[in-house]
Amino acid sequence: MTQVFRMPSLGADMEAGTLIEWTRQPGERLARGDTIAVIETQKGAIEVEVFQDAVMGRPLIGIGDKVPVGAPMAELEPAGPTVQASGTTAAPPSERQGPSGPAAGDKLKDHPAQSGSQPEPPAKSPPPPDATPAATHQRASPAARRLAAQQGIDLATLIGSGPGGAVILADIQAASPQPETAPAPARQPTHARPDLAAMREAIAAAMSRAKREIPHYYLAHDLDLSDAVHWLRRRNAARPPGQRLLMGVLFIKAVALALHDFRELNGFDRDGRFEPAAGIHVGTAIAIRGGGLVAPAIHDADQLDLDALMTRLRDLVARVRSGGLRAAELSDPTVTVSSLGERGVDRLYGVIYPPQVAIVGFGTPRPRAWVVEQSVQARTVVTATLAADHRHSDGHRGALFLARVAAHLQEPQAL
Amino acid sequence: MTSNSLSREALQAIALEALTQVAPDLAEETIPPDADLREAYDLDSMDLLNWINALHKRLGVDIPEQDYPRLASLGAAADYLHRATRAG
Repeated sequence: MTQVFRMPSLGADMEAGTLIEWTRQPGERLARGDTIAVIETQKGAIEVEVFQDAVMGRPLIGIGDKVPVGAPMAELEPAGPTVQASGTTAAPPSERQGPSGPAAGDKLKDHPAQSGSQPEPPAKSPPPPDATPAATHQRASPAARRLAAQQGIDLATLIGSGPGGAVILADIQAASPQPETAPAPARQPTHARPDLAAMREAIAAAMSRAKREIPHYYLAHDLDLSDAVHWLRRRNAARPPGQRLLMGVLFIKAVALALHDFRELNGFDRDGRFEPAAGIHVGTAIAIRGGGLVAPAIHDADQLDLDALMTRLRDLVARVRSGGLRAAELSDPTVTVSSLGERGVDRLYGVIYPPQVAIVGFGTPRPRAWVVEQSVQARTVVTATLAADHRHSDGHRGALFLARVAAHLQEPQAL
Repeated sequence: MTSNSLSREALQAIALEALTQVAPDLAEETIPPDADLREAYDLDSMDLLNWINALHKRLGVDIPEQDYPRLASLGAAADYLHRATRAG
């Protein structure tokens, strides 16, 4: 049966996307994970993938059309009789809601234990929107839920004005697109540069929500980075530039490894309830010249060696600079790491990106007076910080976590 | 073509071209040869490394990490590359 591909949600701050191009023509086959379209969002041009085998069907919107999250974009035809597709919906609402956009389904196949990743049994009709597990993440009235589903509005993107922050009908109406008004004039999409004004608005919305809803607690820890600096210098000296590592990669790996034993920091807040994530997908904050930032995910960062992590980071930065981030990268980080790099200041107090529950910051490493075995020495020191959601973890555990990060950085060769 | 036949001016043009490849968002900028790339154009560690790598691949010049500060501007990079290609 014909199914519908919908505008994915690429994060809590995304409300709509503009179609830049179809990468498949009607009749062309799409394998799970293939790019179907490029859309422009506040975060720039993003490739969006299908998460099941299909055949491109009739486009439902045109190039330059801006549509809200969840709005139908194109019809998808079944991939063929050999492919199990009878019961799976093209975009079940349960996978569209919240931070796990449809493309995240592609990642989830590696983690069959994670809820929601199981393929739906054949012949089961798609669940009504108000019965999906994801729909319970945001408190909302049934009427609001129905209208949100009709309008393709992601409840997780809304701040409710009802009791207990519940989304009520008026909130949905306020957030609804006005279909009778003329569509916004098609902007000339620029792959090279995201719309900085729109990105500023998106950051404002997400950070306002974070500061309004998340009871942050903050911890900081100075740690001796000298061994890691020396190890990195020796390692890079023997390699051509294309194989050299940046310190930021060691930070990402140390955090990812430390999270193994601190799962309460790796996952999502779902309406006040903690949902641990199966994989450790480290959102890596990358600043954009001229203002703004994005934090696309390095998937399964704990599983990658430093060279592979460096390759991934290099690739992410290149695509932030030139356009072409993929939907799954923006939609499914489970934690964020933000490093100030070489030209920053001593420490960074992060603001959690909802619905994540923690952000780890690294200030600029610099020489400081440091006591080593009763003598004062000049050592390279960096301050690691943690901002975490106090609803889901406490300072004691957070402190143990930061100490674990520091311990990993004392053994760079083991990272 | 051997890179040691390249003039300093040609090397500066190559440095600019390589820079706008790794940082396409700077393509529309007019970058003075003496401008500090990190301070004035917010080049981060990854941009710098990618740029060095592009120069290394294009010219075959070995640029060790401790020399990065000597490529602080397009002009300084041209000087460095000029010396390195002649020496090589």
